[in-house]
Amino acid sequence: MADVTLRNVKKSFDTTVAVDDVNLTVNDGSFVVLLGPTGAGKTTTLRLISGLERPDSGDVLIDGRSVINEPPAQRNVSMVFQQYSLYPHMTVRQNLAFPLRSPMLNTPKHEVKRKVEEVADVLQIAHKLENKATALSGGEMQRVSIGRALVRNPSIYLMDEPLSSLDAKLRADLRIELKRIQADLGATILYVTHDQIEAMTMATKVGVLDQGRLVQFGVPRDIYENPVSLYVAARLGLPRINALPADLFAGAPTGATTVGLRPEHIQHGEGKPSQEVRIEHLGDQTRLHLTLDGHEIVTLTDVHTALQPGDTVAIQPRNALYFDAAGDRIA
Amino acid sequence: MAEIRIQNLRKKFGSFTAVQSSTFTIQDGEFFMLLGPSGCGKTTTLRMIAGLELPTSGEIFIDGEEVGQKRASQRDIAFVFQMFALYPHMNVRKNISYPLVSQGMKRADIQAKVAEVARILGIEDILDRPVGGLSGGDRQRVALGRAIVRNPKCFLMDEPLGALDAEFRERMAEELRALHDRMGATTVYVTHDQLEAMQMGDKIVVMNHGVIEQFGEPQDIYDKPATMFVAEFIGSPHMNFLKFNGRAGPGATTIELHQQTVGMPCLHEAFDGDMIYGVRPEHVRLSDSAGYRGEITATEYLGTTQIVTLKTHNGEVKARIASSEHASVGETVGLDFNASTVTVFDTQTGRAIRSDLNDGVMSHG
Repeated sequence: MADVTLRNVKKSFDTTVAVDDVNLTVNDGSFVVLLGPTGAGKTTTLRLISGLERPDSGDVLIDGRSVINEPPAQRNVSMVFQQYSLYPHMTVRQNLAFPLRSPMLNTPKHEVKRKVEEVADVLQIAHKLENKATALSGGEMQRVSIGRALVRNPSIYLMDEPLSSLDAKLRADLRIELKRIQADLGATILYVTHDQIEAMTMATKVGVLDQGRLVQFGVPRDIYENPVSLYVAARLGLPRINALPADLFAGAPTGATTVGLRPEHIQHGEGKPSQEVRIEHLGDQTRLHLTLDGHEIVTLTDVHTALQPGDTVAIQPRNALYFDAAGDRIA
Repeated sequence: MAEIRIQNLRKKFGSFTAVQSSTFTIQDGEFFMLLGPSGCGKTTTLRMIAGLELPTSGEIFIDGEEVGQKRASQRDIAFVFQMFALYPHMNVRKNISYPLVSQGMKRADIQAKVAEVARILGIEDILDRPVGGLSGGDRQRVALGRAIVRNPKCFLMDEPLGALDAEFRERMAEELRALHDRMGATTVYVTHDQLEAMQMGDKIVVMNHGVIEQFGEPQDIYDKPATMFVAEFIGSPHMNFLKFNGRAGPGATTIELHQQTVGMPCLHEAFDGDMIYGVRPEHVRLSDSAGYRGEITATEYLGTTQIVTLKTHNGEVKARIASSEHASVGETVGLDFNASTVTVFDTQTGRAIRSDLNDGVMSHG
């Protein structure tokens, strides 16, 4: 494993800037998650590191050496894709061993066996080693496909939304498993996703991408509590942060045009009267949809609240975030 | 607008029973969810209400009239599918007016009706655009428009948001529910997404293997699951299942979990044997003073809360606690369970034992 660094990397496709002057270091042994919606430049960033794309300008360094002139095979990175592509006619064991059989690596037979069994243990698929790949469930197939990356000992693992095609329960299990594997192996992972839960729960550091630019990089808690912009604030948190005119409540600093209020940062019982439009009982939380001077606000309340649509609820901010006209955080 | 009553409804495909014997009532104006994993019979149930499948036995009443063996066209319902099927060669206006044109409605009436629907859906500005270039959301709105325009007795929807990405789905779900609140039409909605069901539904039927596991209001189903299947299917993370072997009679309020006494709501019936102590993650607290211990194996930061996974003598436990609380992997901590929220299940049957908590729900469920 190694440090991987992007230095002023830029990449355009025709007139679209996919990656815009990105500087980023993935430290050896860290789990970095790049978060952003479709088109933010997540996948392109991975492809630039793996060598599937060449930057227009800037440099990609692996372990301190510039690799932009090296073909993918020489860079020693391993990639996991969203859609698991296993060889259907092979067993799980053969699928896992395949990357090691590459003539470039020339791995001895007993070494292949040891490595495959070790990885199968880590992924808890050891009992399925002799099964055909097609006889596996979706979750098992995705584990095998992650395993195929893990058998090698690359500089970095690049993962492109590997859990997004799985159902919710399996995704939750594999999130924990992937984090455990990463910690056990001391692996370096760069993982891209549009799923904020994956970013918050797995990452040692999160990078938020906006139209090719890396707009914030830090530990999940810092990104959640101290977003640099309204864009970043809206990427994390469910229900989403409420963006309201700054003068809706007293106390906005000068220059603020928008106040950002996370649902849990709206205090009930005092302040301005708002009308309840709708209530949603989600089981572990209850969401109130309110309107105040024509603005929709979502907040949380007691799970077994007696509030009903039509009721008036007094609300005031607590720990508000303030943003200027450009969406940058000012307080 | 309509009340839909389902009575002993059953559907077999050859030797396979898709729907066992369903009985439930959808009240006029309700947003009603049919929830369950794939293959549970929810879509078959919906298709029988629509008239796209004929029941093997049982009855379907729409507004008091038995329609079970009637054709779809005679039932006055509107169906919205997961893949919003639009006529690609027609523009938005023609797509929405089509059901009215084929009914032979007068042109001026159609004009007025389409304008009204477009206003409700906020798509007035795209009426003359071809459907080909529309975004996913607009296509979905047009498909809805085509369903609404006929003023049917009820709407039947088969995972209409299933094909959309998460962020957009959330928005459309809110839009759909707001539309329902404005129109008040009886809606039956099929989904496998428990959050969608909780978020949008007035009532939920949870199905599994063709059988109705539970029927009720979302919060009741969450708080008082009638079966282990429901407790596991609804909620994320799902309810913790702590395995134990023991016996207790009516009136009992505690059990022993690995030599530690833990509380539960006062029992109304006895149990004896392999049981499950079921507790939701938000009702588990980390507490130094609690005698029941677990070792932290993972923590997941989620903003205001965190999910802590622990290994205990009775199985894995997840706790949802404030992210400001300290929890680190490898530590052994005490666990406190909120006794009044606990459900005890019989491992063999998967059924909840009756107690102060759930007796009201179990007796009519």
